[in-house]
Amino acid sequence: MTTAAASDLVPATPNALALLLLAMADDEFVIGFSDSEWTGIAPLLEEDVAMSSIAQDELAHAQALFRLLADVVDDGRDADAIAYDRPADGYFHARLLDHARGDWAQTIARRFLYETADAVRLEALAGSSYLPLRDLVGKIRREERYHAMHITAWLERLASTAGEPRNRLLAALDRLALDAATVLAPLPDELSLLMAGVVDAPGSDLDARWRAAIAPVLARLKLPMPPPAADPPRARTDHSDAFRWLHGEFTSVRRLDPRAAW
Amino acid sequence: MIAFVDESAVRAALAEVPDPEIPVVSVVDLGMVESVEVAPDAIRVELLPTFVGCPALDVIREAVEQRLAGFGRAVGVSFGYRVPWTSDRITAVGRERLRAAGFAPPDDPAAMRCPYCGSGEVALDNLFGPTQCRSLHYCRACRQPFESFKPV
Repeated sequence: MTTAAASDLVPATPNALALLLLAMADDEFVIGFSDSEWTGIAPLLEEDVAMSSIAQDELAHAQALFRLLADVVDDGRDADAIAYDRPADGYFHARLLDHARGDWAQTIARRFLYETADAVRLEALAGSSYLPLRDLVGKIRREERYHAMHITAWLERLASTAGEPRNRLLAALDRLALDAATVLAPLPDELSLLMAGVVDAPGSDLDARWRAAIAPVLARLKLPMPPPAADPPRARTDHSDAFRWLHGEFTSVRRLDPRAAW
Repeated sequence: MIAFVDESAVRAALAEVPDPEIPVVSVVDLGMVESVEVAPDAIRVELLPTFVGCPALDVIREAVEQRLAGFGRAVGVSFGYRVPWTSDRITAVGRERLRAAGFAPPDDPAAMRCPYCGSGEVALDNLFGPTQCRSLHYCRACRQPFESFKPV
């Protein structure tokens, strides 16, 4: 916390804090499960290892965030119950993550858009007045640094290889375009989080920071900037059939044995 | 009769608890032990996870509880992020033990040396390795693939 003394801050409403944690946890959870589908079938053995390791990191971040959420919600549900016992419509991830993993180019394009937006979100929480989240974010950022190096290298590799690699990347960015900016779309009641010092800026500022961060990379690689989110209030609702399928997959073990551990 | 126990006795015992994934180093060598508190009826140990998703944490918790059970007090093991674990917490002894077992200790990429022959002619094969905390390298001098501990 740098901008105000603790006594100046009003507590965030539990609901606003819960929605922030839910958005972050569901984002990491859904992209983690989606990308773990590459385990065993990635285009290179090295990428099989890398994508599996990255997915494992994301699922672990989701689990840690679900634990914080369980404490805030305090309704008797543990992290597993929150993670697995909701119908597909009850998930609150960004629509960017509603797309199927698609081909390798789509996975890379989506990871780039997501990781860069998530980095801006984590930075905005680095001085959070909600200490359990601040501490966890401090740890998560050290791990995400490796994801950023990995995804930037792949984006450059595909973008600068003329023919099929670049064409597939452009096609993927085009398919994702309308949902590209959904990760940082303003959350309901974000004013309460701002006034409490949980986050350091509103969603509109975070979106501007994200655009400033990715613009030089995309310009250098002659790739298009994503347009604004098509429908910000629906940025985290009305999920796709691709997600419904994934939901059926990732809840299957839980439905088979509710006591199974992660 | 209650056995005598103080913090250094507990730390000495923890130095015998191996990391389940790289058993040549202990949780003390890795710098995972943040605090040890000895109360009249309990011993509390705060450990720092190397990675948020380290799947070995439950195994480590059980191993610590088992190793300290002999002190005859309730043992509480907690994991937290209040202090982030960083790779520079690995002790000098820990770094030497890693090297001897074929793992390059965490370093700047420019300072990376092959743990087998000591050559600096090494290439990074993959940032990601068989566990979250390891990367894969290849030594051009002795033609040996090897792993390193990720600097975090």
